[in-house]
Amino acid sequence: MMMKRTSTIVEHLKRIQMIELLAKGKRLDGRGLTDYRELKIEVGLIKKANGSAMVKLGNTQVIAGIKVEVDEPFSDMPDKGLFICNAEVLPTASAYAEPGPPDEDAIELARVVDRGIRESEMIALDKLVLISGKKVYAVFADVSVLNTDGNLFDATSYAVVSALLTTRIPKYEVKDDRLVKTEDTIPLPINTIPVSVTMARIGDSIIVDPTSEEEMCMDARVTISTDDQGRICAMQKGNPGTFTLEQLNNAVSIAIDKGNEIRALIKSICMQAQVG
Amino acid sequence: MNMLMSDDWRRVDGRRWDELRTVKIEVGVLKNADGSAYIEFGKNKIVVAVYGPKEAHPKHLALPDRSILRCRYHMQPFSVDERKNPAPSRREIEISKVTREALEPALILEDYPRTVIDVFIEVLQSDGGSRCAGITAASVALADAGINMRDMVAACAAGKVAGRIVLDINDEEDKMGEADMPVAFLPNLKQISLLQLDGKLTKDEFKECLNLAIQGCMQVYKLQREALMRKYFSTEVEA
Repeated sequence: MMMKRTSTIVEHLKRIQMIELLAKGKRLDGRGLTDYRELKIEVGLIKKANGSAMVKLGNTQVIAGIKVEVDEPFSDMPDKGLFICNAEVLPTASAYAEPGPPDEDAIELARVVDRGIRESEMIALDKLVLISGKKVYAVFADVSVLNTDGNLFDATSYAVVSALLTTRIPKYEVKDDRLVKTEDTIPLPINTIPVSVTMARIGDSIIVDPTSEEEMCMDARVTISTDDQGRICAMQKGNPGTFTLEQLNNAVSIAIDKGNEIRALIKSICMQAQVG
Repeated sequence: MNMLMSDDWRRVDGRRWDELRTVKIEVGVLKNADGSAYIEFGKNKIVVAVYGPKEAHPKHLALPDRSILRCRYHMQPFSVDERKNPAPSRREIEISKVTREALEPALILEDYPRTVIDVFIEVLQSDGGSRCAGITAASVALADAGINMRDMVAACAAGKVAGRIVLDINDEEDKMGEADMPVAFLPNLKQISLLQLDGKLTKDEFKECLNLAIQGCMQVYKLQREALMRKYFSTEVEA
């Protein structure tokens, strides 16, 4: 998924150059340490899906589609709807991506995105019950990475969240214990908007939204999801490499601040789409 | 109050908020392995084998400047309440990855170019916190294998149960509690090499939780040292 190590020498030289620049508070592409690349979100572009979103974060490009079906609940959770999240890196994504079953990077990506949404309780799953213990809505989120240039975690998460916010599901009526589909559609019951913020540590600097180039040189990565109220709802450290206590406390503050900015953007785009 | 916390702040298994479960570590339990360890962490029972450094197969995997660390975290089908399919699940693949990334910073892999080091973590019985127990035992097994290391890796979770920040979440607390945060720590270098969180914490709760988890890791580290000392620095003559 990520760019393969092509040359340790080039990587080493890039890293030295990067660390020198970071010491001055700058990055190779001119951004400041806590600047995101331009984030573009287009929602509702797939009419066959219940909800959809295309996210472009710099050159990273991701598409998410939501399909909602009626299914049986899990036996241990008879009064909860289902949410299933899958992520895939398409062979279109880079010269190094290959078709085939998801590798460990893709599995981690899907599970981290799923965790951020599930643990924040973004979707009110208890409101997705049609007949208790028998029929519930099952919400499937499928995300595909079309082009990679770093920070797949955030791009993927924003795509799923935006698609869910603009999802409309068919309304059912219950008649004699049977479900009758109506022409009406309703939005998904939403509690909060979780926002993931991914940071990389290169040397002693913490940067947000790393590019592929920066990911090749990073020591460690951390993804932190926060909710509307500024609570942390999921975290994942990645890559061999470590953080100190101070670096992590700093990362949490950045995640809360940046999370608020990005939440406002996602909200305005999705609200506009619903009105328009 | 809550079924997970009694009125006098005792937890479901009788522990206090900052108390670890009973931990037992044994070094060198598998004869064929280059290094091995067995850990009991509460009801968790885990055995770890290390093979390597050994020649990389297939050869194109080998790196010219360092060794490759491979980890497999695997649960026995009988280790959980409902039989687990023995094929690796997505959860196990993710845990294998974060385990490798938690251990790697402690190893001096540059000392073994063109080789592979395999770490096999087999969970025989699971009781919540098995990834932390697995990392803890794997670190001991790597030391037992004589792999050059910068530090040990000690792991322990902290979390939030019935509104309180508590150390070392067990299975029941994990399922019913509010947050679970596994942490791995390099005790001498003071570096965090594993951090995951499921559940909600405020910024202040996070700080408290992380500090508590690190305290837990330091206790685990002491037990790791004692286990290694028992094998390597014991004055008793082996029969």
